[in-house]
Amino acid sequence: VYQVFETVAKKYDVMNDSMTLGIHRVWKDILMHKMNPCPGTLLLDVAGGTGDIAFRFINYVRSVRQRQLQRKLKHHQNLSWQEIFESYQKDKFNSLGDSQVVVCDINREMLRVGKQKAQHLGYSEGLSWVLGNAEELPFDDDKFDVYTIAFGIRNVTRIDLALQEAYRVLKPGGRFLCLEFSHVSNPLLSRLYDLYSFQVIPVLGEVIAGDWRSYQYLVESIRQFPPQEELKAMIEDAGFFKVDYENLNFGIVAIHSGFKL
Amino acid sequence: GRARPSHSEPRSRDGRGGEEEEMEGWQQLYPGHIPTSPLQKALLAAGSAVMALYDPYRHDMVAVLGETTGCLALPNLRDKMKNHPEGYRILQERPRIRLSTLDMARLQGLPDGSLGREYVRFLEDNKVSPDTRMPPKFVDDEELAYVIQRYREVHDLMHTLLGMPTNMLGEVVVKWFEAIQTGLPMCVLGAAFGPVRLSTRKLQVLATELVPWAIRSGLNASCVLNVYYEQRWEQPVESLREELGIFPPP
Repeated sequence: VYQVFETVAKKYDVMNDSMTLGIHRVWKDILMHKMNPCPGTLLLDVAGGTGDIAFRFINYVRSVRQRQLQRKLKHHQNLSWQEIFESYQKDKFNSLGDSQVVVCDINREMLRVGKQKAQHLGYSEGLSWVLGNAEELPFDDDKFDVYTIAFGIRNVTRIDLALQEAYRVLKPGGRFLCLEFSHVSNPLLSRLYDLYSFQVIPVLGEVIAGDWRSYQYLVESIRQFPPQEELKAMIEDAGFFKVDYENLNFGIVAIHSGFKL
Repeated sequence: GRARPSHSEPRSRDGRGGEEEEMEGWQQLYPGHIPTSPLQKALLAAGSAVMALYDPYRHDMVAVLGETTGCLALPNLRDKMKNHPEGYRILQERPRIRLSTLDMARLQGLPDGSLGREYVRFLEDNKVSPDTRMPPKFVDDEELAYVIQRYREVHDLMHTLLGMPTNMLGEVVVKWFEAIQTGLPMCVLGAAFGPVRLSTRKLQVLATELVPWAIRSGLNASCVLNVYYEQRWEQPVESLREELGIFPPP
Protein backbone atom coordinates (compact mmCIF):
# COMPACT_ATOMS: atom_id res chain seq x y z
CA VAL A 1 0.00 0.00 0.00
CA TYR A 2 2.82 2.35 0.96
CA GLN A 3 4.49 1.71 -2.36
CA VAL A 4 1.31 2.50 -4.26
CA PHE A 5 0.98 5.83 -2.47
CA GLU A 6 4.64 6.49 -2.96
CA THR A 7 4.25 6.11 -6.72
CA VAL A 8 1.18 8.33 -6.76
CA ALA A 9 2.83 11.04 -4.66
CA LYS A 10 6.00 10.75 -6.73
CA LYS A 11 3.99 11.08 -9.93
CA TYR A 12 2.56 14.39 -8.73
CA ASP A 13 5.89 16.07 -9.33
CA VAL A 14 6.26 14.53 -12.79
CA MET A 15 2.69 15.47 -13.62
CA ASN A 16 3.27 19.06 -12.50
CA ASP A 17 6.27 19.32 -14.75
CA SER A 18 4.51 17.88 -17.76
CA MET A 19 1.21 19.72 -17.32
CA THR A 20 2.81 23.10 -16.90
CA LEU A 21 5.81 22.33 -19.10
CA GLY A 22 8.03 23.07 -16.15
CA ILE A 23 6.64 26.58 -15.73
CA HIS A 24 5.35 25.79 -12.25
CA ARG A 25 8.96 26.06 -11.10
CA VAL A 26 9.12 29.63 -12.35
CA TRP A 27 5.85 30.47 -10.62
CA LYS A 28 7.20 29.17 -7.34
CA ASP A 29 10.43 31.10 -7.78
CA ILE A 30 8.44 34.29 -8.37
CA LEU A 31 6.49 33.61 -5.19
CA MET A 32 9.73 33.34 -3.25
CA HIS A 33 11.07 36.58 -4.71
CA LYS A 34 7.87 38.34 -3.81
CA MET A 35 8.19 37.03 -0.27
CA ASN A 36 11.80 38.19 -0.11
CA PRO A 37 12.39 36.61 3.29
CA CYS A 38 15.27 37.74 5.43
CA PRO A 39 17.16 35.34 7.69
CA GLY A 40 15.30 34.68 10.92
CA THR A 41 11.93 34.32 9.23
CA LEU A 42 9.59 31.63 10.43
CA LEU A 43 7.56 30.31 7.51
CA LEU A 44 4.51 28.07 7.54
CA ASP A 45 3.93 26.35 4.21
CA VAL A 46 0.49 24.79 4.16
CA ALA A 47 -0.44 21.99 1.75
CA GLY A 48 3.25 22.01 0.95
CA GLY A 49 3.55 18.24 0.76
CA THR A 50 6.47 17.57 -1.53
CA GLY A 51 8.40 20.55 -0.27
CA ASP A 52 8.85 22.73 -3.35
CA ILE A 53 8.23 26.01 -1.53
CA ALA A 54 10.13 24.96 1.58
CA PHE A 55 13.28 24.10 -0.36
CA ARG A 56 13.13 27.35 -2.28
CA PHE A 57 12.75 29.24 0.99
CA ILE A 58 15.82 27.60 2.44
CA ASN A 59 17.86 28.29 -0.68
CA TYR A 60 16.76 31.92 -0.73
CA VAL A 61 17.44 32.54 2.94
CA ARG A 62 20.78 30.79 2.70
CA SER A 63 21.93 32.99 -0.15
CA VAL A 64 20.73 36.14 1.61
CA ARG A 65 22.59 35.01 4.70
CA GLN A 66 25.73 34.34 2.63
CA ARG A 67 25.67 37.88 1.35
CA GLN A 68 25.10 39.22 4.87
CA LEU A 69 28.10 37.32 6.17
CA GLN A 70 30.28 38.35 3.26
CA ARG A 71 29.45 41.97 3.94
CA LYS A 72 30.26 41.45 7.61
CA LEU A 73 33.61 39.90 6.78
CA LYS A 74 34.48 42.76 4.44
CA HIS A 75 34.04 45.16 7.31
CA HIS A 76 36.36 43.19 9.51
CA GLN A 77 39.48 43.23 7.38
CA ASN A 78 41.75 43.64 10.40
CA LEU A 79 40.88 40.32 12.03
CA SER A 80 43.69 38.09 13.21
CA TRP A 81 44.13 34.71 11.53
CA GLN A 82 42.82 32.99 14.65
CA GLU A 83 39.62 34.97 14.56
CA ILE A 84 39.14 34.37 10.86
CA PHE A 85 39.65 30.65 11.38
CA GLU A 86 37.09 30.60 14.16
CA SER A 87 34.58 32.48 12.14
CA TYR A 88 34.75 29.83 9.44
CA GLN A 89 33.33 27.29 11.87
CA LYS A 90 30.02 26.32 10.42
CA ASP A 91 27.88 26.63 13.52
CA LYS A 92 29.12 30.09 14.34
CA PHE A 93 28.06 31.12 10.90
CA ASN A 94 24.57 29.83 11.29
CA SER A 95 24.02 29.49 7.57
CA LEU A 96 20.28 29.88 7.83
CA GLY A 97 20.31 32.67 10.35
CA ASP A 98 17.67 30.97 12.49
CA SER A 99 15.18 30.85 9.67
CA GLN A 100 12.78 27.97 9.82
CA VAL A 101 10.07 26.50 7.67
CA VAL A 102 7.27 24.23 8.85
CA VAL A 103 5.69 22.18 6.08
CA CYS A 104 2.13 21.25 6.91
CA ASP A 105 0.06 18.88 4.82
CA ILE A 106 -3.10 16.86 5.34
CA ASN A 107 -1.68 13.89 3.43
CA ARG A 108 0.85 11.67 5.15
CA GLU A 109 2.24 10.27 1.93
CA MET A 110 2.93 13.63 0.39
CA LEU A 111 4.86 14.54 3.54
CA ARG A 112 6.80 11.34 3.30
CA VAL A 113 7.78 12.03 -0.29
CA GLY A 114 8.74 15.53 0.79
CA LYS A 115 10.96 14.23 3.58
CA GLN A 116 12.61 11.81 1.20
CA LYS A 117 13.23 14.58 -1.29
CA ALA A 118 14.76 16.70 1.45
CA GLN A 119 17.12 13.93 2.40
CA HIS A 120 17.96 13.24 -1.21
CA LEU A 121 18.68 16.89 -1.96
CA GLY A 122 20.61 17.46 1.26
CA TYR A 123 18.24 19.69 3.20
CA SER A 124 18.52 18.99 6.89
CA GLU A 125 18.29 22.03 9.15
CA GLY A 126 15.49 24.51 9.47
CA LEU A 127 12.83 22.10 8.20
CA SER A 128 9.99 20.44 10.00
CA TRP A 129 7.12 18.35 8.71
CA VAL A 130 3.72 18.41 10.37
CA LEU A 131 0.54 16.54 9.52
CA GLY A 132 -2.37 18.94 9.68
CA ASN A 133 -5.57 20.32 8.18
CA ALA A 134 -5.60 23.84 6.73
CA GLU A 135 -9.06 24.40 8.17
CA GLU A 136 -7.83 23.58 11.65
CA LEU A 137 -4.11 24.13 12.04
CA PRO A 138 -2.27 22.46 14.92
CA PHE A 139 -0.42 25.64 15.87
CA ASP A 140 -0.79 28.40 18.42
CA ASP A 141 -1.92 31.92 17.60
CA ASP A 142 0.51 34.57 16.43
CA LYS A 143 3.34 32.21 15.66
CA PHE A 144 4.53 32.66 12.09
CA ASP A 145 6.05 35.48 10.09
CA VAL A 146 4.82 34.23 6.73
CA TYR A 147 2.09 31.81 5.68
CA THR A 148 2.11 30.34 2.20
CA ILE A 149 -0.23 28.01 0.41
CA ALA A 150 0.80 27.05 -3.11
CA PHE A 151 -1.71 25.18 -5.26
CA GLY A 152 -3.36 23.90 -2.12
CA ILE A 153 -6.19 26.26 -1.26
CA ARG A 154 -8.15 25.02 -4.25
CA ASN A 155 -8.47 21.64 -2.55
CA VAL A 156 -9.75 23.01 0.74
CA THR A 157 -13.47 22.51 1.32
CA ARG A 158 -13.99 25.67 3.36
CA ILE A 159 -11.66 28.30 2.01
CA ASP A 160 -12.97 30.84 4.50
CA LEU A 161 -11.95 28.63 7.41
CA ALA A 162 -8.48 28.15 5.96
CA LEU A 163 -8.13 31.92 5.60
CA GLN A 164 -9.27 32.44 9.18
CA GLU A 165 -6.74 29.91 10.39
CA ALA A 166 -4.05 31.61 8.37
CA TYR A 167 -4.92 34.88 10.05
CA ARG A 168 -4.87 33.26 13.48
CA VAL A 169 -1.44 31.67 13.29
CA LEU A 170 0.30 34.68 11.76
CA LYS A 171 2.08 37.18 13.97
CA PRO A 172 0.92 40.77 13.78
CA GLY A 173 2.83 42.15 10.81
CA GLY A 174 2.83 38.69 9.28
CA ARG A 175 2.20 38.10 5.60
CA PHE A 176 -0.23 35.77 3.85
CA LEU A 177 0.73 34.55 0.40
CA CYS A 178 -1.35 32.34 -1.83
CA LEU A 179 -0.25 30.95 -5.20
CA GLU A 180 -3.10 29.40 -7.11
CA PHE A 181 -4.65 28.82 -10.50
CA SER A 182 -6.97 31.65 -11.35
CA HIS A 183 -8.96 33.15 -14.18
CA VAL A 184 -7.80 34.27 -17.56
CA SER A 185 -9.75 37.28 -18.75
CA ASN A 186 -8.19 37.64 -22.21
CA PRO A 187 -10.73 35.85 -24.44
CA LEU A 188 -8.30 34.44 -27.00
CA LEU A 189 -5.90 33.16 -24.39
CA SER A 190 -8.75 31.82 -22.36
CA ARG A 191 -9.95 29.70 -25.26
CA LEU A 192 -6.47 28.33 -25.89
CA TYR A 193 -6.04 27.65 -22.20
CA ASP A 194 -9.38 25.85 -22.05
CA LEU A 195 -8.49 23.80 -25.09
CA TYR A 196 -5.20 22.79 -23.53
CA SER A 197 -6.74 22.12 -20.12
CA PHE A 198 -9.64 20.00 -21.27
CA GLN A 199 -8.05 18.24 -24.21
CA VAL A 200 -4.46 17.68 -23.16
CA ILE A 201 -4.29 17.51 -19.39
CA PRO A 202 -6.59 14.50 -18.82
CA VAL A 203 -4.69 12.69 -21.57
CA LEU A 204 -1.43 13.44 -19.78
CA GLY A 205 -3.02 12.19 -16.58
CA GLU A 206 -4.00 8.92 -18.24
CA VAL A 207 -0.69 8.36 -19.99
CA ILE A 208 1.65 9.41 -17.19
CA ALA A 209 -0.27 8.59 -14.04
CA GLY A 210 -2.88 6.15 -15.39
CA ASP A 211 -5.50 8.45 -13.91
CA TRP A 212 -7.77 10.35 -16.29
CA ARG A 213 -10.46 11.16 -13.78
CA SER A 214 -8.35 12.98 -11.18
CA TYR A 215 -6.93 15.30 -13.78
CA GLN A 216 -10.31 15.89 -15.40
CA TYR A 217 -11.49 16.86 -11.95
CA LEU A 218 -8.44 19.06 -11.45
CA VAL A 219 -9.17 21.02 -14.60
CA GLU A 220 -12.83 21.43 -13.69
CA SER A 221 -12.03 22.50 -10.13
CA ILE A 222 -9.75 25.21 -11.46
CA ARG A 223 -12.69 26.62 -13.43
CA GLN A 224 -14.83 26.61 -10.31
CA PHE A 225 -12.34 28.32 -8.05
CA PRO A 226 -13.13 31.96 -7.18
CA PRO A 227 -11.56 34.46 -9.58
CA GLN A 228 -8.99 37.00 -8.48
CA GLU A 229 -11.28 39.74 -7.16
CA GLU A 230 -13.50 37.31 -5.32
CA LEU A 231 -10.59 35.62 -3.60
CA LYS A 232 -9.26 39.05 -2.69
CA ALA A 233 -12.58 39.85 -1.01
CA MET A 234 -12.50 36.57 0.88
CA ILE A 235 -9.02 37.29 2.14
CA GLU A 236 -10.12 40.73 3.28
CA ASP A 237 -13.07 39.14 5.07
CA ALA A 238 -10.66 37.06 7.10
CA GLY A 239 -9.16 40.24 8.47
CA PHE A 240 -6.17 40.81 6.26
CA PHE A 241 -5.13 44.26 5.13
CA LYS A 242 -3.44 45.61 2.03
CA VAL A 243 -4.73 42.62 0.09
CA ASP A 244 -3.47 42.53 -3.45
CA TYR A 245 -2.92 40.09 -6.28
CA GLU A 246 -0.48 39.70 -9.12
CA ASN A 247 -1.41 37.78 -12.26
CA LEU A 248 1.17 35.47 -13.72
CA ASN A 249 0.85 34.33 -17.32
CA PHE A 250 -2.25 36.46 -17.94
CA GLY A 251 -4.13 35.02 -15.00
CA ILE A 252 -3.49 31.34 -15.45
CA VAL A 253 -1.93 31.68 -12.02
CA ALA A 254 -2.24 34.46 -9.45
CA ILE A 255 -0.38 35.36 -6.27
CA HIS A 256 -2.59 36.90 -3.60
CA SER A 257 -0.96 38.69 -0.69
CA GLY A 258 -2.28 40.17 2.53
CA PHE A 259 -1.00 41.40 5.88
CA LYS A 260 -2.12 40.88 9.42
CA LEU A 261 -1.79 44.18 11.23
CA GLY B 1 -17.67 8.20 -11.78
CA ARG B 2 -18.54 11.32 -13.66
CA ALA B 3 -18.02 11.53 -17.38
CA ARG B 4 -19.31 15.07 -17.81
CA PRO B 5 -17.92 18.29 -16.37
CA SER B 6 -20.02 19.29 -13.38
CA HIS B 7 -22.41 22.14 -14.06
CA SER B 8 -23.40 22.89 -10.51
CA GLU B 9 -21.72 26.30 -10.38
CA PRO B 10 -22.84 28.55 -13.22
CA ARG B 11 -20.39 31.30 -12.33
CA SER B 12 -17.39 29.84 -14.04
CA ARG B 13 -19.16 28.58 -17.13
CA ASP B 14 -19.39 31.89 -19.01
CA GLY B 15 -18.97 31.65 -22.75
CA ARG B 16 -16.59 28.77 -22.48
CA GLY B 17 -19.28 26.52 -21.11
CA GLY B 18 -20.96 26.08 -24.47
CA GLU B 19 -17.81 24.85 -26.12
CA GLU B 20 -17.10 22.32 -23.43
CA GLU B 21 -20.62 20.96 -23.59
CA GLU B 22 -20.31 20.31 -27.29
CA MET B 23 -17.16 18.35 -26.76
CA GLU B 24 -17.82 16.62 -23.50
CA GLY B 25 -21.57 16.62 -23.17
CA TRP B 26 -21.82 13.02 -24.23
CA GLN B 27 -23.43 10.45 -22.04
CA GLN B 28 -21.58 7.73 -20.25
CA LEU B 29 -22.55 4.70 -22.29
CA TYR B 30 -21.36 2.00 -19.93
CA PRO B 31 -19.76 1.86 -16.50
CA GLY B 32 -16.19 3.04 -16.81
CA HIS B 33 -16.81 4.87 -20.08
CA ILE B 34 -14.98 8.18 -20.50
CA PRO B 35 -16.26 10.10 -23.54
CA THR B 36 -13.45 11.68 -25.51
CA SER B 37 -13.17 14.11 -28.37
CA PRO B 38 -11.33 13.13 -31.56
CA LEU B 39 -8.40 15.30 -30.53
CA GLN B 40 -8.19 13.60 -27.17
CA LYS B 41 -8.31 10.19 -28.83
CA ALA B 42 -5.48 11.17 -31.14
CA LEU B 43 -3.39 12.45 -28.23
CA LEU B 44 -4.18 9.35 -26.21
CA ALA B 45 -3.22 7.07 -29.08
CA ALA B 46 0.11 8.82 -29.53
CA GLY B 47 0.83 9.11 -25.82
CA SER B 48 -0.10 5.54 -24.99
CA ALA B 49 1.98 4.20 -27.88
CA VAL B 50 5.05 6.06 -26.64
CA MET B 51 4.47 5.11 -23.02
CA ALA B 52 3.85 1.45 -23.87
CA LEU B 53 7.18 1.28 -25.67
CA TYR B 54 8.98 3.23 -22.95
CA ASP B 55 7.60 1.17 -20.07
CA PRO B 56 6.49 -2.30 -21.17
CA TYR B 57 4.93 -2.92 -17.77
CA ARG B 58 2.24 -0.34 -18.51
CA HIS B 59 -0.33 -2.80 -19.76
CA ASP B 60 -2.97 -0.14 -19.29
CA MET B 61 -1.29 1.86 -22.06
CA VAL B 62 -1.50 -1.07 -24.47
CA ALA B 63 -5.19 -1.30 -23.62
CA VAL B 64 -5.73 2.42 -24.20
CA LEU B 65 -3.89 2.22 -27.51
CA GLY B 66 -6.16 -0.60 -28.61
CA GLU B 67 -9.28 1.35 -27.71
CA THR B 68 -8.31 4.60 -29.32
CA THR B 69 -7.13 3.07 -32.59
CA GLY B 70 -9.75 0.38 -32.96
CA CYS B 71 -12.49 2.46 -34.57
CA LEU B 72 -12.28 0.61 -37.88
CA ALA B 73 -11.34 -2.85 -36.71
CA LEU B 74 -13.88 -3.14 -33.92
CA PRO B 75 -17.03 -2.64 -36.02
CA ASN B 76 -15.52 -5.12 -38.48
CA LEU B 77 -15.12 -7.68 -35.72
CA ARG B 78 -18.57 -7.02 -34.43
CA ASP B 79 -20.06 -7.64 -37.84
CA LYS B 80 -18.11 -10.85 -38.21
CA MET B 81 -19.60 -11.96 -34.93
CA LYS B 82 -23.10 -10.91 -35.88
CA ASN B 83 -22.98 -12.93 -39.06
CA HIS B 84 -21.90 -16.13 -37.33
CA PRO B 85 -24.38 -18.17 -35.27
CA GLU B 86 -22.03 -18.74 -32.35
CA GLY B 87 -20.66 -15.21 -32.50
CA TYR B 88 -24.18 -13.84 -32.58
CA ARG B 89 -25.04 -15.76 -29.44
CA ILE B 90 -21.96 -14.38 -27.71
CA LEU B 91 -23.02 -10.86 -28.55
CA GLN B 92 -26.47 -11.54 -27.16
CA GLU B 93 -25.47 -13.33 -24.01
CA ARG B 94 -22.29 -11.33 -23.30
CA PRO B 95 -20.38 -13.99 -21.36
CA ARG B 96 -17.45 -12.79 -19.27
CA ILE B 97 -14.35 -14.82 -18.44
CA ARG B 98 -13.56 -14.09 -14.85
CA LEU B 99 -12.45 -16.06 -11.83
CA SER B 100 -15.87 -15.54 -10.33
CA THR B 101 -17.64 -16.99 -13.36
CA LEU B 102 -15.24 -19.87 -13.98
CA ASP B 103 -15.56 -23.10 -12.07
CA MET B 104 -11.82 -23.67 -11.61
CA ALA B 105 -12.22 -26.91 -9.75
CA ARG B 106 -14.32 -28.42 -12.52
CA LEU B 107 -11.91 -27.27 -15.20
CA GLN B 108 -8.96 -28.73 -13.35
CA GLY B 109 -10.80 -32.02 -13.13
CA LEU B 110 -11.22 -32.25 -16.89
CA PRO B 111 -9.01 -34.69 -18.81
CA ASP B 112 -5.57 -33.58 -19.99
CA GLY B 113 -5.63 -32.11 -23.45
CA SER B 114 -9.08 -30.65 -23.03
CA LEU B 115 -9.50 -26.92 -23.45
CA GLY B 116 -10.51 -26.36 -19.85
CA ARG B 117 -7.66 -28.37 -18.37
CA GLU B 118 -5.04 -26.80 -20.61
CA TYR B 119 -6.38 -23.31 -19.99
CA VAL B 120 -6.10 -23.74 -16.23
CA ARG B 121 -2.64 -25.23 -16.68
CA PHE B 122 -1.65 -22.19 -18.73
CA LEU B 123 -2.94 -19.82 -16.04
CA GLU B 124 -1.05 -21.68 -13.32
CA ASP B 125 2.20 -22.13 -15.24
CA ASN B 126 2.42 -18.48 -16.17
CA LYS B 127 0.90 -17.23 -12.93
CA VAL B 128 -1.72 -15.10 -14.62
CA SER B 129 -5.35 -14.48 -13.91
CA PRO B 130 -8.19 -13.59 -16.25
CA ASP B 131 -9.17 -10.81 -13.88
CA THR B 132 -6.31 -8.54 -14.76
CA ARG B 133 -7.79 -7.40 -18.04
CA MET B 134 -8.53 -3.67 -18.19
CA PRO B 135 -12.16 -2.72 -18.72
CA PRO B 136 -12.60 -0.46 -21.75
CA LYS B 137 -12.82 3.29 -21.17
CA PHE B 138 -12.48 5.09 -24.46
CA VAL B 139 -14.67 3.08 -26.81
CA ASP B 140 -17.71 5.16 -27.70
CA ASP B 141 -20.10 2.32 -28.42
CA GLU B 142 -21.43 -0.01 -25.81
CA GLU B 143 -21.48 -3.09 -28.02
CA LEU B 144 -17.98 -2.41 -29.36
CA ALA B 145 -16.82 -2.00 -25.78
CA TYR B 146 -17.99 -5.54 -25.16
CA VAL B 147 -16.24 -6.77 -28.30
CA ILE B 148 -12.92 -5.39 -27.14
CA GLN B 149 -13.52 -6.72 -23.65
CA ARG B 150 -14.20 -10.15 -25.13
CA TYR B 151 -11.04 -9.91 -27.20
CA ARG B 152 -9.03 -9.16 -24.04
CA GLU B 153 -10.56 -11.96 -22.03
CA VAL B 154 -10.08 -14.46 -24.83
CA HIS B 155 -6.38 -13.52 -25.14
CA ASP B 156 -5.31 -16.12 -22.59
CA LEU B 157 -7.24 -18.74 -24.51
CA MET B 158 -5.29 -17.69 -27.59
CA HIS B 159 -2.13 -18.48 -25.68
CA THR B 160 -3.55 -21.87 -24.84
CA LEU B 161 -4.63 -22.63 -28.40
CA LEU B 162 -1.32 -21.51 -29.81
CA GLY B 163 0.69 -23.12 -27.05
CA MET B 164 2.63 -19.91 -26.39
CA PRO B 165 3.88 -18.82 -22.95
CA THR B 166 3.55 -15.29 -21.60
CA ASN B 167 7.17 -14.29 -22.07
CA MET B 168 8.03 -11.57 -24.56
CA LEU B 169 8.53 -14.05 -27.37
CA GLY B 170 5.26 -15.83 -26.76
CA GLU B 171 3.36 -12.55 -26.53
CA VAL B 172 4.77 -11.33 -29.82
CA VAL B 173 3.73 -14.54 -31.57
CA VAL B 174 0.22 -14.26 -30.19
CA LYS B 175 0.15 -10.63 -31.28
CA TRP B 176 1.00 -11.60 -34.84
CA PHE B 177 -1.83 -14.10 -34.81
CA GLU B 178 -4.22 -11.58 -33.32
CA ALA B 179 -3.15 -8.89 -35.75
CA ILE B 180 -4.14 -11.08 -38.69
CA GLN B 181 -7.32 -12.22 -37.00
CA THR B 182 -8.63 -8.92 -35.67
CA GLY B 183 -6.93 -6.23 -37.69
CA LEU B 184 -6.61 -4.13 -34.54
CA PRO B 185 -3.87 -1.54 -35.08
CA MET B 186 -2.70 -2.13 -31.53
CA CYS B 187 -1.95 -5.77 -32.38
CA VAL B 188 -0.19 -4.75 -35.56
CA LEU B 189 1.96 -2.24 -33.68
CA GLY B 190 2.64 -4.72 -30.91
CA ALA B 191 3.59 -7.38 -33.43
CA ALA B 192 5.87 -4.99 -35.28
CA PHE B 193 7.55 -3.30 -32.31
CA GLY B 194 7.45 -6.07 -29.74
CA PRO B 195 10.46 -7.88 -31.22
CA VAL B 196 12.58 -4.78 -30.59
CA ARG B 197 13.27 -6.00 -27.11
CA LEU B 198 14.24 -9.54 -28.03
CA SER B 199 17.70 -11.05 -28.32
CA THR B 200 18.98 -11.94 -31.81
CA ARG B 201 18.73 -15.66 -31.17
CA LYS B 202 15.07 -15.33 -30.28
CA LEU B 203 14.49 -13.00 -33.19
CA GLN B 204 15.81 -15.69 -35.50
CA VAL B 205 13.44 -18.31 -34.16
CA LEU B 206 10.69 -15.75 -34.34
CA ALA B 207 11.31 -14.80 -37.92
CA THR B 208 12.02 -18.22 -39.36
CA GLU B 209 9.51 -20.42 -37.58
CA LEU B 210 7.05 -18.78 -35.29
CA VAL B 211 5.83 -15.75 -37.18
CA PRO B 212 5.23 -17.55 -40.50
CA TRP B 213 3.31 -20.19 -38.61
CA ALA B 214 1.30 -17.56 -36.74
CA ILE B 215 0.48 -15.75 -39.97
CA ARG B 216 -0.55 -18.93 -41.78
CA SER B 217 -2.72 -19.96 -38.89
CA GLY B 218 -4.21 -16.51 -38.54
CA LEU B 219 -5.13 -16.37 -42.21
CA ASN B 220 -6.44 -19.89 -42.31
CA ALA B 221 -8.44 -19.82 -39.11
CA SER B 222 -11.99 -18.63 -38.83
CA CYS B 223 -12.65 -15.72 -36.48
CA VAL B 224 -11.56 -16.74 -32.98
CA LEU B 225 -14.06 -14.44 -31.38
CA ASN B 226 -16.84 -16.55 -32.84
CA VAL B 227 -16.13 -19.42 -30.50
CA TYR B 228 -18.22 -19.79 -27.38
CA TYR B 229 -15.32 -21.04 -25.29
CA GLU B 230 -17.34 -21.34 -22.14
CA GLN B 231 -19.38 -24.08 -23.74
CA ARG B 232 -16.39 -25.97 -25.04
CA TRP B 233 -14.25 -26.64 -22.00
CA GLU B 234 -14.48 -30.38 -22.55
CA GLN B 235 -13.43 -30.21 -26.15
CA PRO B 236 -9.84 -31.36 -26.73
CA VAL B 237 -7.53 -28.53 -27.68
CA GLU B 238 -6.38 -30.31 -30.82
CA SER B 239 -9.91 -30.82 -32.01
CA LEU B 240 -10.67 -27.14 -31.48
CA ARG B 241 -7.52 -26.18 -33.35
CA GLU B 242 -8.57 -28.32 -36.27
CA GLU B 243 -12.06 -26.92 -36.22
CA LEU B 244 -10.78 -23.36 -36.25
CA GLY B 245 -8.01 -23.98 -38.72
CA ILE B 246 -5.02 -23.28 -36.50
CA PHE B 247 -1.99 -25.30 -37.58
CA PRO B 248 -0.18 -27.29 -34.90
CA PRO B 249 2.49 -25.21 -33.13
CA PRO B 250 6.13 -25.84 -34.12
